[in-house]
Amino acid sequence: MIRLAGVSRTFTSRDGDVEALRDVALEIAESQFVAVVGRSGCGKSTLLRLIAGLLAPTGGAVTIDGAPVSRPRPDVVLMHQLPALLPWRTALGNVMLPVEIRRLPRAEYRARAADLLDAVGLTGFHQRHPYELSGGMQQRVALCRALIQRPRVLLMDEPFSALDALTREELATQLQAMHMSAPATTVFVTHSIPEAVLLADRVVVLSSRPGQVRRVVDVHLPRPRSFGHNAYTAQAAECAAELHELL
Amino acid sequence: MPPVLGVAGTVAVWWGGTRVFGIRPLFLPAPPDIVAAFRAQPGYLLREAGATLTVTVAGFALAVVAGLLVAVTLTAWRTMERAALPVLVGLNSVPKVAVSPLLVVWLGFGSRPKIVLVLLICVFPIVVATMAGLTSTPAELGELGRSLSATGWQTYVKLRLPWALPQVFTGLKVAVSLAVIGAVVAEISQPGDGLGAVIVLSGMSFDTPLAFAAIALLALLSTTLFYLVVALERLLVPWSRAISG
Repeated sequence: MIRLAGVSRTFTSRDGDVEALRDVALEIAESQFVAVVGRSGCGKSTLLRLIAGLLAPTGGAVTIDGAPVSRPRPDVVLMHQLPALLPWRTALGNVMLPVEIRRLPRAEYRARAADLLDAVGLTGFHQRHPYELSGGMQQRVALCRALIQRPRVLLMDEPFSALDALTREELATQLQAMHMSAPATTVFVTHSIPEAVLLADRVVVLSSRPGQVRRVVDVHLPRPRSFGHNAYTAQAAECAAELHELL
Repeated sequence: MPPVLGVAGTVAVWWGGTRVFGIRPLFLPAPPDIVAAFRAQPGYLLREAGATLTVTVAGFALAVVAGLLVAVTLTAWRTMERAALPVLVGLNSVPKVAVSPLLVVWLGFGSRPKIVLVLLICVFPIVVATMAGLTSTPAELGELGRSLSATGWQTYVKLRLPWALPQVFTGLKVAVSLAVIGAVVAEISQPGDGLGAVIVLSGMSFDTPLAFAAIALLALLSTTLFYLVVALERLLVPWSRAISG
C-alpha cells in the first residue's frame, strides 16, 4: 500500500547540506503495523513527514496505492510526540477539530468522538480542558483526534515518549487493542525496543546520518501480546536482543 | 484581607506623618483634607473625571481596533511586516507628548486631539503584543493544520488567533494603563476640561488638596479600567492562566 522507492531527503541549511535519509526502500502492506527504530537524528521523523506529504523527497518517490504523495491526504494522519491539543477546547472539542476543518457531518462524528474517548478510558472527561488532564490523558485525546476520521494510514512520531513508563505501557497496550479491532496501516516511530516488539508486525531498523534501512525484522509473535510474562517471553526477548544488536 | 490592611496601613502612616511632623496641607494634605476637597465640589470633580474617562475609553477603544488591524495585516504579509516595522519602531520612539501641540493645530480644540494622543500612546503595546502572539503558534500546531489541509482562513481563525489571545491581553493591560496617562498628558498640555485640567488649575491656585483629590480619582479610574480588562481576560481566555502556570 505504502511504497518508498529509493527515497532520499537532504536539508539545505546555512552550514551546508544535511542528508537525513538516503536511498530508503520500503513496502508496507495494507493494515500492517510497522515500527521504525533508530538512534536520535537518524531521519525517523523525516520519514514520517515524507509519507504524510508534509515534506517532499529530494530523491526517489513515495506512493500510496500507486499515487505519488505530493500533499497531505485526508486518509493519512500524523500523530506527534506532543499532544498538540488546543488549550481553549475541551477534550471532545479537540477530537472534533479535524471534523470541523474537513467539514464532515458534525452530529454523526460527535457520537464517534464520544465513543473514542470512552474507548481510551476518558469517560467523564469529555468536557475537561487539556490543562485539567494528565500528560497520558492528553495523549489519549490526541490519539482519538487522530482516529476520528478513520484514517487508513496512521503515522505516529514517538507518540508515547513524553510519558512515564507505566502510562506508556498502558497506552501501547490500548493501541494494540485498537489496531486489532480496526486495523489501520500504521508506521510507528519509537526509541523503545520493547514497544516495537509489542506492537509491530515488522520493525525497520534505521542507521544514523544519513538514515538508511539497516534491516527489517519480522516479529512473529501471536497477538494479543503483553509486556508481562507470557508464553512467548523467550521469543520476545530474542527479538529484542536482535534489535539491540542492530542498533 | 492583606490587601485591605496594606492600603489601610499606608493611609494611616501618611496621615500620622502629616500630624506628627506638622506638615502643612499646601505641601502634603492629610487624607481628611482630600476627602474635604472632594466633598466641597463633588459634582465638578465627577464631571471632570467623566471627561477624562470618555477620552481614555474612546482612545483605548480606537487603539484596540487599530492595533489589532495593524498586527493582523503585518503578520499576514511578511514583506509588509519587514517594510513597516522600522517605521513603527521609529514612530514609537517619538515622545508622544511632543506631538500634543501639533494635534491641536491639526484637529482643533476639544476632545478629538486628546483622543488621538491616547490612541498614539497606547496603540504600540497592542500591536507588538498581538504580533508576538500571532507569530508564536507552536510548530506542532502549524503542522497539525497543514496535515489536515486547513485553509489559510481556518488556520488563522481556529489556531493562530485563539493562540495569540493571551498575549493580546498582555498588551491590552499595558495599553489601558498608558491610556489613562495619555489622557492626563493631553489634558495638561492642551486647554480644556478633565482631571488633568483640574490639576493644572489647582496648582495655579495652590489648592494642593484639590490636586490630590483629582489624583486619587485618576488612580481609582486607572485601577478600575485595569481590572475590567483583567476580568474580560478571565472571561474570554480562562485557559491562559492555566497554561502559563
